[in-house]
Amino acid sequence: MKRNKILKIGFVLVVINFCIPMFAFCAEKWTGVDESVVGKYAKEHGREKRKSFIDTDQGDLLLFVFLLAGVLGGFTAGYYWKVLISEKPMDRGMNREGHP
Amino acid sequence: MRKIFGGSLLLLIFASPAYAMHISEGILPFNWAAFWYVLVIPFMFVGLKKLQKAAKDDLSFKPLVGLITAVVFIISCMPIPVPTAGTCSHPCGTAISAILLTPFVSVVVASVALLIQALFLSHGGITTLGANIMSMGIMGSFTGYLVFKLLRSMRINLAISGFFAGLLADWATYLATSVELSLGIRGDAPFFPLFWKILLAFVPTQLPLGILEGAITSGMVVLLYKKRPDLLIKMRVIKATEVGV
Repeated sequence: MKRNKILKIGFVLVVINFCIPMFAFCAEKWTGVDESVVGKYAKEHGREKRKSFIDTDQGDLLLFVFLLAGVLGGFTAGYYWKVLISEKPMDRGMNREGHP
Repeated sequence: MRKIFGGSLLLLIFASPAYAMHISEGILPFNWAAFWYVLVIPFMFVGLKKLQKAAKDDLSFKPLVGLITAVVFIISCMPIPVPTAGTCSHPCGTAISAILLTPFVSVVVASVALLIQALFLSHGGITTLGANIMSMGIMGSFTGYLVFKLLRSMRINLAISGFFAGLLADWATYLATSVELSLGIRGDAPFFPLFWKILLAFVPTQLPLGILEGAITSGMVVLLYKKRPDLLIKMRVIKATEVGV
């Protein structure tokens, strides 16, 4: 009963969130909030984004760097997940509950 | 639960490359950029000490830190389109990080992720790194951790506690970003009108993304509970008596 109530509240929240398209701040679709919010208000107040010290935002270079970051991050996460999961508690003289 | 996950999945359907959050390079004036740097130093110092100590005491702490750092890095540079707002933003991952590693260590983890993004991904900035660590690393981690502990102390189950920790950590991050941005760019204008304007501008994007972050946090805590309950016991996320109940 309690679980159902929580699920219903969760579902209503999701529906509400998907049914409020009244705030579409950006003229361009799918801009990041760094552009549509942070950049917009900063510009209005005379502050503008500068180029990064290592400027990878050139043509498709940024796509490559993002892809590389995703691959490296994914492999790292997968590797450590495997290390953690394959290391059974029993290997270290502990039972499933973590007791020696 | 299926409906919530189904709803969250809708957010992922229209994936397209885009930039996301963090305060970009050069947006904050020098004095504010320096102020946020100074403010995060003690947190970093304590975090590094705790990380060193925990890694010495427990062999499985390092792989866990490696896993969580990779997760925070990926999550916090992954732009997710929000159909209702027509914009993209990203979750932060600091709630799960703080729950598993404690909030101080989570600040270090978030700092590493933010530094790499600022250096190589044109995402955030070196001058604004202090401000971004404050909002994502400190506010996100401490809010997530405290909400999780509070709900657990009220005997609320792991999944729901994780969900609200993720949700509120995400919203707290963007609340802090609004404060930092308003303080930095307002000039002589009053603080509060600008603050409310910026905060409200974040709402359509971050409201659904907060829910997604809650679902991710909850899912990860539950997954670890099923796969490695001993790890959660060791990290003091749950008590030994809770396993199998």
